[in-house]
Amino acid sequence: MSTWLLLTITGLGLGAMYFLIASGLSLIYGLMGVLNFAHGAFITVGAYSTWWTEAHLFSGVHSTVLRFLLAALMGLVVGGVFAALVELILIRPLYNRHIEQVLVTVGLSIAFVALVQGIWGTDAKAFVVPPWLHDTTTVAGAHIPNDRWVEIATAAVVLGLLQLFLRRTRYGLIIRAGVENRAMVQALGIDVRKAFTLVFAVGGIAAAVAGVLSGVYFNVVGPDDGTSLLIFAFIVVVIGGLGSIGGSAVAAVVVGLTQQYTNYYASSGVGDMVVVLLLGLVLLARPRGLAGAVIGARA
Amino acid sequence: MMQRRLLSDWLVPLAVFGALAVAPALSFSIPKVFDQPISSPGTLQLLAACVLFGALALTYDLQFGFTGLLSFGHALYIAIGVYLSNIAITDWHWNFWVAILFTMGAAFVLANVLGFVSLRVAGIAFAMVTLAFAQAGAVLALKDPHHWTHGEEGLGADYTKLPHAFVGILNTKNLYWLALAFLAVVFFIVRWAVESSPGRVWQAIRENEQRVEVLGMRPQLYKLQAFVLSSTLAAAGGIVYMLLYSGSTLAVTAPNFTLTLLLMVVIGGAGSRWGAVLGGILYTYLNDRLVAVGSSSTVEGLPHALRTPLEQPLFLLGAIFILIVFFLPGGIAGIASRGRPTGLRRLQEAIRPDPTLSAPQEEL
Repeated sequence: MSTWLLLTITGLGLGAMYFLIASGLSLIYGLMGVLNFAHGAFITVGAYSTWWTEAHLFSGVHSTVLRFLLAALMGLVVGGVFAALVELILIRPLYNRHIEQVLVTVGLSIAFVALVQGIWGTDAKAFVVPPWLHDTTTVAGAHIPNDRWVEIATAAVVLGLLQLFLRRTRYGLIIRAGVENRAMVQALGIDVRKAFTLVFAVGGIAAAVAGVLSGVYFNVVGPDDGTSLLIFAFIVVVIGGLGSIGGSAVAAVVVGLTQQYTNYYASSGVGDMVVVLLLGLVLLARPRGLAGAVIGARA
Repeated sequence: MMQRRLLSDWLVPLAVFGALAVAPALSFSIPKVFDQPISSPGTLQLLAACVLFGALALTYDLQFGFTGLLSFGHALYIAIGVYLSNIAITDWHWNFWVAILFTMGAAFVLANVLGFVSLRVAGIAFAMVTLAFAQAGAVLALKDPHHWTHGEEGLGADYTKLPHAFVGILNTKNLYWLALAFLAVVFFIVRWAVESSPGRVWQAIRENEQRVEVLGMRPQLYKLQAFVLSSTLAAAGGIVYMLLYSGSTLAVTAPNFTLTLLLMVVIGGAGSRWGAVLGGILYTYLNDRLVAVGSSSTVEGLPHALRTPLEQPLFLLGAIFILIVFFLPGGIAGIASRGRPTGLRRLQEAIRPDPTLSAPQEEL
């Protein structure tokens, strides 16, 4: 029972990271039709900015908690700005040329990983977090590392904020309408392109949060971490249904839990395989993903 | 007209491959271009890698540039060739030729099964699904549940089981000829396939899939054909790769491996046979030689902020790739196209996220 609880909470923590990455991917895809390979770079930007500013910019701050929070905030800001710049400089000039936009993000992801390796080396860096995160809380006999709670809570907050933003603000309305039918939104005289930069910034911030949390979860940050997390986020996006935040959230939980359970009860690595198998099954049964949104499959 | 076709169809390719075949006989050196004389094993190994990747890029172009299937999982089939042949030979002690036949058969079956599932979705979703399947293969090779692949150590081939002509550093020239022969075979197969009647349908699907459907044909079937042919050829290339590097390592299973093939094809020119081959050769050469540029004295003298990016070949190649996507969507082969839409421009219709997302009037 206690093992099961630990696995469940850990799976949810993992799912939380997947959701943070997948939500941005899904929004960007839904609105712009861009499969953003550079999302892995956003994760890395968030993680490395936090790691770097913690050691260099905020080294004078004594409280480890405050120092971590400041550094993490910095990571989010840099992640969001970086993502917005990518949209403005690399994506916008290729407006409506989807294949070229995708390829540019592929090139960026490759060049970016190489650049990070050139500057900070290929080794993973130790990620300094408040010691409290590595303590455990005992719940019903299970010793659960505290960072899992933080990951789940953060993802829940981001999910809530995203839903508020999408449902209660004017820009949220434009984004939702754009996902539904972009041509119609434009026909109504609304400049959707501003919304493009916005979803990139929002997606970049969410990915940076995932980057910081991955540092907390794995205790280290490495140049390739973004890419490997990204692949599972892709799976989550496809299973959840492209363009659907709610679908991503459900799929992230399903994928995170499945991975944890099978990696433990079967053997290490089987979980990853089962997740891919799950993807295959979902595609055979429902090519449009769980949420059944528009995209990708032919009608 | 007949004479021109004979010339361009047979004489030009044969002359090019023939000229490349004499490389092992050239004992002089070209300063700056190669460190050692051309006939030296080191240079021949690099040249063999170049032509092999030229061929692998061409197999990828068959589905990407000619059929409009953006797969991020082509590496899986190369890895099948690299690993399965080696596992059969080294772990299971099979005869070399039996192992090769088995590997090709397995790759063919797997391509049919996975192709059938992933072609349930189109466009970008197809890319994500193929990536996921390739990732499953990568995890399998890394975790190594049956102690076949030896995970991160890699699996050195049992050289006593390999044909003697392909073993040892003195036989590098044979490996080079093998890679070159493979390139020639792939080149002629791809040309035959693309110009056959199903091949015409593949290109029609790339241009406008709906119209193909309206004509009463089933695009799914034709797409699967192209996918299976491309993947099976890739597995054969994987076997050559295994011989060339006398073993298997996880490098071929990495998701980035497919992305590098994509880079090669786009740099050379998507949907162009010579373009893909040239892209593969050029990319492999630069990836190897840019390391030398990074450590050259000119770069050493530069300030640190400039030097770091220049020391990373993949950073430079990624940047070149982005510039090509922006300014030369036809790739190198597109330079000679005289204004006709080439390369990526021809893929606009094929690889779009969803028909409802980009209404035609937005093109204006």
